[in-house]
Amino acid sequence: MLELYGERFISRLLLGTAQYPSPAILRQAVEASAAEIVTVSLRRESARARAGQGFWELIEQLGVRVLPNTAGCRTAKEAVATAEMARELFNTSWIKLEVIANDDTLQPELIGLAEAATILSADGFQVLPYTTEDLSVAERLVGAGCAVLMPWAAPIGSARGLVNREGLKALRAYFPDVPLIVDAGIGAPSDAAEAMELGYDAILLNTAVAKAGDPVTMATAFARAIEAGRLAFEAGLIEPRDMATPSTPVAGTPFFKIDRMS
Amino acid sequence: MQILLNGEPIATDARTLHELCLKLGLGEAKVATALNGSFVAATKRAATELAPADEVEIVAPRQGG
Repeated sequence: MLELYGERFISRLLLGTAQYPSPAILRQAVEASAAEIVTVSLRRESARARAGQGFWELIEQLGVRVLPNTAGCRTAKEAVATAEMARELFNTSWIKLEVIANDDTLQPELIGLAEAATILSADGFQVLPYTTEDLSVAERLVGAGCAVLMPWAAPIGSARGLVNREGLKALRAYFPDVPLIVDAGIGAPSDAAEAMELGYDAILLNTAVAKAGDPVTMATAFARAIEAGRLAFEAGLIEPRDMATPSTPVAGTPFFKIDRMS
Repeated sequence: MQILLNGEPIATDARTLHELCLKLGLGEAKVATALNGSFVAATKRAATELAPADEVEIVAPRQGG
């Protein structure tokens, strides 16, 4: 089972709640994914539209654990204040910590991230940091108190899959006991399966499901791919090799003659 | 007085953050607040006085990835 900050989960898929064609499809996609954790954000509430109030009703009905994010924050100070608002609003000390460096890549601003993770961990938050595969930053985050790391596979929403597969492998090898969740950049269920086969503990995705032609069916596809990838990791994959090796027994091959052996 | 509410200038006679939320009809709503970049807990809103040019954020749950 997946264990994050002392809580156990059967599903290894964490699903985002943004960009779905409708609230009904969001609900069906979450159900089809069997996700037990969904990510949410907080945004300015208009006194007239009150959009957040209706959205919260929908999330409560799903009966899943909520992981609020600090999406869009540019500095540690903004991220800390946003995390504090999220803790009160969602009644959870879990926070998906994002400090964003720039709009084009939406890459983590790693110095601000480490700074905010240190402040929040000391203040009792359970921080799930959106980071890169950089080992030194990962060490800083773990040292600050992060008991989960969430490296990107590719830039948010880019659907490019595991851009730095070797980097992700190195992170896995370097932190064998820290739960690692690939967060961002997953496009196809095969990307998710690939990360799980590398020994990653879970996958966090949003766009690849929400923007699919049929988000509900895609949610099922991802759930199965992630489960398959995990089973494959647990079963132990064979090593690739350069040359062919026959799978059918060679002994007893019909018409076999010794003089054909080289 | 003029304050900035969620990035927009507004005129208000609310003396505290709690009064401002009430006047906006968000007194009972699921919202969180910040004043001048720092979080203000729901229990502290009544004791948090507003001053001209204060920057208030009132946020609510929203879709996120």
